[in-house]
Amino acid sequence: MPTDSLFQPLAQAGAHTAKTVTVTFNGEPLQVPAGSSVAAALLAAGVKRFRNSPVSGVARAPYCMMGVCFECLLEIDGEPNRQSCLVALEAGMSIRTQDGMRDLLAESHDPATALTQTMEAPHGV
Amino acid sequence: MAFDTSPQAGTSHPVDTADIAIIGAGPAGMAAAIVARRHGASVVLLDEQAAAGGQIYRGITTAPAERLDVLGADYGAGASLVAAFAACGARHITGAAVWQVTAERQVHYLNEGGVRSLRADRVLLCTGAMERPFPIPGWTLPGVLTAGAAQILLKGSGVAPTRPVVLAGCGPLLYLLGWQYVRAGVPIAAIVDTTDGADYRRAIRHAGGALAGWRYLKKGLSLMAALKQAKVPFYKGATELHVLGKEQATGLGFVSGGTLRMVDSPLVLLHQGVVPNTQFSWSLRAKHQWDEAQLCWSPVTDAWGELDVPGIFVAGDSGGIGGARVAALQGELAGLAAVTQNGKLTAAIRNNLAAPLRAEMREHLFIRPFLDALYRPKKANRIPADDTVVCRCEEVTAGDIRGYVGLGCSGPNQAKSFGRCGMGPCQGRQCGLTVTELIADKRGVSPEEIGYFRIRPPIKPITLGELAREA
Repeated sequence: MPTDSLFQPLAQAGAHTAKTVTVTFNGEPLQVPAGSSVAAALLAAGVKRFRNSPVSGVARAPYCMMGVCFECLLEIDGEPNRQSCLVALEAGMSIRTQDGMRDLLAESHDPATALTQTMEAPHGV
Repeated sequence: MAFDTSPQAGTSHPVDTADIAIIGAGPAGMAAAIVARRHGASVVLLDEQAAAGGQIYRGITTAPAERLDVLGADYGAGASLVAAFAACGARHITGAAVWQVTAERQVHYLNEGGVRSLRADRVLLCTGAMERPFPIPGWTLPGVLTAGAAQILLKGSGVAPTRPVVLAGCGPLLYLLGWQYVRAGVPIAAIVDTTDGADYRRAIRHAGGALAGWRYLKKGLSLMAALKQAKVPFYKGATELHVLGKEQATGLGFVSGGTLRMVDSPLVLLHQGVVPNTQFSWSLRAKHQWDEAQLCWSPVTDAWGELDVPGIFVAGDSGGIGGARVAALQGELAGLAAVTQNGKLTAAIRNNLAAPLRAEMREHLFIRPFLDALYRPKKANRIPADDTVVCRCEEVTAGDIRGYVGLGCSGPNQAKSFGRCGMGPCQGRQCGLTVTELIADKRGVSPEEIGYFRIRPPIKPITLGELAREA
């Protein structure tokens, strides 16, 4: 795990410091601590940017960790707009940062699908 | 994404019903479930988390001994309530995102990737509190979290800051987290406290209540003493808080003792109290009032927690901040009232059972006016300067909103159409209070007169495809 991580599992706080699982993060394998939410695991693995703001494109990351700020939205196993602080981590998950409407349209192979997904984003992400 | 177009989709399974549906597995929801089960009601409790406990007792069923020791005795005390709830016979649906409660007491939720609904005779909203928005320059940068968020990481995962951390703001949770970090051996770069001499002078008028609530006072003083003993750098009366950094937080700047100071840290944890989570009660169009002592909205209820929407109750911090024990007592009161309406108790028995609960609740509330006065968040940290972002989702600044008022915008709902503020994914949870107070301040009227965003379901994200598949 990277040394410049903001958070780390702490043995004094009863964390299983040795137990990790592998997920795919933006297409690359990433070792993360097991047994927590996706957001907590990524923070402890040194991930600092979870998404870009759809308005100005600046970096955002988890703020509340309890499901009210919606800053931790990620694409998890192909499904966009997941509140990653509320999703239990599972080994092998495919996780992607979420980079606003523009990128969602640009990255997709099928613009029609992307448009549908964008419209289905409940509050206009 | 394909819609399910098969005929009669989802209509084959029977309608799920319960005497009482409870939203939220914190102290209020668990206590309500226990009392309702004791009097023979069928209970379904829906909660977003994987295990009972709410935010206050989060992770209590899985926390190892070392973590229980770090978090302290008040946290550990939640274990008996969680155990009693687990044994009470209520149906506990975990991982349930409730996206609508109707006035007809239909509860709609997402669970395990499917859409479900439930019809209940009575509904109890026990959705707890959330941290008050802390709109200061730089609060949207990665590396800025709430103190509550950091405590959730500690409770749920045993995860703590790697480098010396800055804690800033005011209120019991801020000092409690500092105390827990000291116990866990986590280095603290500074506690930057916004509480000043005027706050102490204002709070001292409520000293009688504070002494009556001496247990809380004693605990607070012992936390402060422990932080002092650990030689945690502590700055008092801090003003002009601003997070440093461009792409990522690099520290906190502030003025204390007449000097501009900067403390370096890639992690800044903010806190200035908690406020009721009122999304459901607003979405039901229930009457709310502005609480000038706690600077927040709370739903108007009768003495049992029932809203002006018949058969729907609020208990715990989602009805006004009282803390964990008050929440559990309110949960019991609402549970008693609900089972009485179900016809399982007479009003006389209900009143007898309620009397000792009310007496205990009064004792726990003695301290509240003192705490509210002492840790009243500063105006500058609630109603920020023009260039500070207020709506995080749509990046609307305080100056934008003041500009809308200048153009004739009179309230939060009009502000939405001026600049989309409150229309992002969080649906105003992070900007609603700020927008109300900003407009009230600019127009020179009371927040009560300004009102709040109109909250509409779905109050949790749900796709059109999921909606179409609902039974």
